Amino acid sequence: MFEPLLYHLRGQGVQVGLQEWMAFQKALKGGLAATVDEFFWLGRALLVHSEAHFEQYEEAFQSAMAGHEVSESLKESLAAYLENPKAWEELRAAGEHNYDKLLDLLEDFRKTLEEQEKRHEGGNRWVGTGGTSPYGAGGRANQGVALGRTPGNRNGIRLPESMNWGVYRTDKTLSLRDYKIALKALRNLEREGEEALHLDGTIQKTANNAGDIEFVFERERANKVRLALFLDVGGSMDPHAQAVTQLFTAAKDLQHFKSLDVWHFHNCVYRKLYRDYDQWDTVSTEEVIHNIRRTHRVLFVGDAAMAPWELFSSYVPSAPCGLDWLRRIRAKAPASVWLNPDPERYWKHPTVEAIGDVFPMFPLTLDGLRDAVRKLRSPV
Amino acid sequence: MTAFESFQSNSTYVAEDGLISSVNAAIALERPLLVKGEPGTGKTMLAHAVAESLGMPLITWHVKSTSKAIDGLYTYDVVQRLNDSRFGEGDVSDIRGYIKMGPVGQAFQSDKRAVLLIDEIDKGDIEFPNDLLRELDEMAFDVPEINETISATHRPVIIITSNAEKELPDAFLRRCVFHFISFPKAEILRDIVAVHHPQINDDLLEAAMQRFYQIRRQDKLRKKPSTSEFIDWLNVLAGSGVAAETILSAFPFAGVLLKQEEDLRAITGRA
Repeated sequence: MFEPLLYHLRGQGVQVGLQEWMAFQKALKGGLAATVDEFFWLGRALLVHSEAHFEQYEEAFQSAMAGHEVSESLKESLAAYLENPKAWEELRAAGEHNYDKLLDLLEDFRKTLEEQEKRHEGGNRWVGTGGTSPYGAGGRANQGVALGRTPGNRNGIRLPESMNWGVYRTDKTLSLRDYKIALKALRNLEREGEEALHLDGTIQKTANNAGDIEFVFERERANKVRLALFLDVGGSMDPHAQAVTQLFTAAKDLQHFKSLDVWHFHNCVYRKLYRDYDQWDTVSTEEVIHNIRRTHRVLFVGDAAMAPWELFSSYVPSAPCGLDWLRRIRAKAPASVWLNPDPERYWKHPTVEAIGDVFPMFPLTLDGLRDAVRKLRSPV
Repeated sequence: MTAFESFQSNSTYVAEDGLISSVNAAIALERPLLVKGEPGTGKTMLAHAVAESLGMPLITWHVKSTSKAIDGLYTYDVVQRLNDSRFGEGDVSDIRGYIKMGPVGQAFQSDKRAVLLIDEIDKGDIEFPNDLLRELDEMAFDVPEINETISATHRPVIIITSNAEKELPDAFLRRCVFHFISFPKAEILRDIVAVHHPQINDDLLEAAMQRFYQIRRQDKLRKKPSTSEFIDWLNVLAGSGVAAETILSAFPFAGVLLKQEEDLRAITGRA
């Protein structure tokens, strides 16, 4: 029942699995939702696993429960009637519908809408204004589905709570802490360094042996991952400066990597990279590539959009062009990704697509960064 | 409404509407309830309130970064056993005597349905929640040392809290009922204050709330003060007899609200 909610949720990118859906059905059958509000809460508790998806849930709930069920013409008629609401009291007495379960009500509502061809006024069955039918606006049934009072409002069902969940969305915004959590996943702990006696292990082993002493040695754990950031600066990247700075700060603050190198470039990587763009402190790209090791994880951040000649050609014929440099870095560092701060709808651009062929490209959002980190952990 | 045992707000805990639905769904479906939210919004308190409201014993497991899933189930004290065998104490032949149940084991073996609080699960290793999947699904675990399976006599109500320090694995999330405790709106905060400080002076409360929400609106804070800090702050304000006007003109006892030195400097430096 209520499959539209499932499909609207999945349509919003919330991956609801069958397991959760079945639990939801079981809860509904068990009578856990007696009102619209409880239905809303129950669905959210069981189908959504993160506050990041609350906004999508509200949207899906609205579309599934009302939006596409109530036709435009019906809503217009309702709006017209709302100008002229009927008197409450005389109608109330007749409107004693005893829907103990919300489910029956909504299901009936949906069926009624399907059957209904035109607007109604009064009466006890059809959706319309006034009357004692449990659906519609201005009606006086004691229970039922309230249709929006604002003309053109697309939701018939009032949400019990609509906070600004947008701030929790992970496909849009990022805070410094989010960057850190995402980058933290980039680790490859390996035991290295001096062997030391592991006292607890030794005691445990010795006791297991019923008193025959057995020593346990252990090396300390250290993160072997080296991180290299290649950041595009200036020009079209200016609007994204804050996002890039945050990523940079997060990587630096973490002190989590064996080494952290940050290189800057403008538009694309050419013969030289900048240690510090403002100071024109440069280093040869050749040298940087030479120093990339197997344990390096490489993150490019840039919008990848430029004039085609900036990527595909070089001043000196026979010298490598921008794309060649990128390919060389990719060949040396298979664990490399490109983060693009521009929304994905702008990615249909020749240079963006060409770079996307070289590096797996992800949007610079929390979801994108997580996907990118996952890719870096298992590059092949 | 239902035949299930159900949880309500009570005299010691004020729950927002959705939270009650989530708790009751978790109880009825016998699934763990995962509670997330800013630190200090009452996640741990919830478990206490649920236990109290349903009259169930509460068993708590504080997860630490070194915690392993098996610690929650049971521990086998071989060292004690060896010691006993050397000095001829205790019954060394019975391994059972050296198996100690962890919080999960205790909750499974409780003769009454219990509330099991797994506090701050995100403090554990990334794989920690995955190691508990089977135990939470089947409510049973094996103890190979004594060749026995411990299964729950009464499936406990499991409440898991997380501060979102780490992402939790999908497989784990799918098995949970999820609730996010958002920061309370002013009217709910008033109810919460009424529970903790029924005698508080209205002017003082209004002034303190005004100040508090004003501080929370500042974006530059590294750690925004939350409900528990606010309650502590009220405690100090009421105890010291500061006048309501002083709260607005100065910022007394700022350190109770703002724990980070930089935050303190950022706010008091201006005020």
